[in-house]
Amino acid sequence: MINISNLNVIFRGSGKEMHAVRDVSFTVAAGETFGIVGESGSGKSTVLRTIAGLVQTSGGTIAINGQAISQKRSRDSSRLMQMVFQDPYGSLHPRQTVDSILREALIIHGFDRQDERILKAIADVGLSLQHRFRYPHQLSGGQRQRVAIARALILSPSILLLDEPTSALDVSVQAEILNLLAHLRQSYSLTSILVSHDLAVVAHLCSRIAVMQFGRIVEVLSAADLRLGIARENYTRALIAASRGFSRAQ
Amino acid sequence: MSETLLDVQDLNVAFPSRAGITQAVRHVSFTLGRERLGVVGESGSGKSTMGRALLGLTPKPGIVTARKMSFDGQDLLACSEADWQRLRGRRMSMVMQDPKYSLNPVVRIGHQIDETSRLHLGANAAEAQRRTLAMLEAVQIRDPDRVYNLYPHELSGGMGQRAMIAMMLVAEPDILIADEPTSALDVTVQNDVLRILDDLVRERGMGLIFISHNLTIVSSFCDRILVMYGGKIVEECKATELHHAKHPYTRALIAAAPSLAEAREELATVMRDPAWLT
Repeated sequence: MINISNLNVIFRGSGKEMHAVRDVSFTVAAGETFGIVGESGSGKSTVLRTIAGLVQTSGGTIAINGQAISQKRSRDSSRLMQMVFQDPYGSLHPRQTVDSILREALIIHGFDRQDERILKAIADVGLSLQHRFRYPHQLSGGQRQRVAIARALILSPSILLLDEPTSALDVSVQAEILNLLAHLRQSYSLTSILVSHDLAVVAHLCSRIAVMQFGRIVEVLSAADLRLGIARENYTRALIAASRGFSRAQ
Repeated sequence: MSETLLDVQDLNVAFPSRAGITQAVRHVSFTLGRERLGVVGESGSGKSTMGRALLGLTPKPGIVTARKMSFDGQDLLACSEADWQRLRGRRMSMVMQDPKYSLNPVVRIGHQIDETSRLHLGANAAEAQRRTLAMLEAVQIRDPDRVYNLYPHELSGGMGQRAMIAMMLVAEPDILIADEPTSALDVTVQNDVLRILDDLVRERGMGLIFISHNLTIVSSFCDRILVMYGGKIVEECKATELHHAKHPYTRALIAAAPSLAEAREELATVMRDPAWLT
């Protein structure tokens, strides 16, 4: 469904060049959840933002359903691809209620039956009616992330791009959001890409996982292999070992 | 391990406000020897507030009360501000989560660390610099002479955190309180920083209070663990026995975390019982 080939991203500024993404290629099948892990600066978020059209490509193609999409997105193609960001504090407008945050997306894309859709989206993400006219600061971190997910889902996208959706949350809240995402992708047969630094989170939600370092995909492995520590590259093995916790010997 | 460095009995921290009194820490009692003591809990559990109270750093209008709070025989409850200044930095230190906010951005790394030795140990400039360079080397900074002259913005996160640890340890304190010292770091760097702390506990016999939200790290790194919920210690156990934890909150926390070791269909969510707070 999603086909990325030889993606390159170069940031230029004040005479310096930063090659953030180098020759990244992968495919995601319909209904699959594909994971990208890596440490800070590995380029994992840049890949996701490029797919979403937020960052200019410097080379390579992004194809959805066999159709290459251009840098300038049509309204329809942006509706089909929705993104959820890491920080629910930063991604919701502080002076808009949940209702108007959700309604804005509907207005932009010219949807009808807006009230009905808003009520459904609120119910879908496990919020209740009393949250409809609240402002983001009146919600907890987990509730805010639910609003961000509702805002993405209200446009009935086929692709969901998740950038560290639970890193800012406590373990108990993270569990609720991960369960919600697992449940929603099933009921709406969503294809998604999840970017995270947390191997346990990625292994929990994804079937195949790409490991990135210095802008490149080091290797792609299955969740089962990741759990067992069966990896080709030294870097992946080091990452898995480090994620298992502290070990005195080494 | 045998000798007790810190003895805390019935510690309470309260913040009065117009809306009433918020009890951030309730009836906390524990002792610390020359060991690694982990404190885990979620946001708002009072773990950081407790760490600050131990160093007399509770911000106003917070009220700290305790039946007993003593460090190496000295009564901390009776400490004046001058007494605290002799203790803090010299015998008890704290490492915060993010080096970006804890280092002075306009002073060279080396000079910031020198200040500790000059202030607390009365070292002269040359002696302070010698100690700083030795300490930077001890926290495994490869090129101490170069790093000595850098400004904080020129360091990566991992290097900044090592510099922070060097600064806290240059006076060779007996107790180090580390508040989420590795949470802002990448996993591979995390373990390097933990190894440095581990060596210091073993080689210098320091007592370490390691505050974290990460159960994996705490259970693999510490000797003993306190689990906090709503300002209270709900469970105390050996780190190796965390997986046999008895309290429902601890068990729920373990079950809620996705695990790399085993696949789980659905994560358990944490049900909270108001009775845990009484």
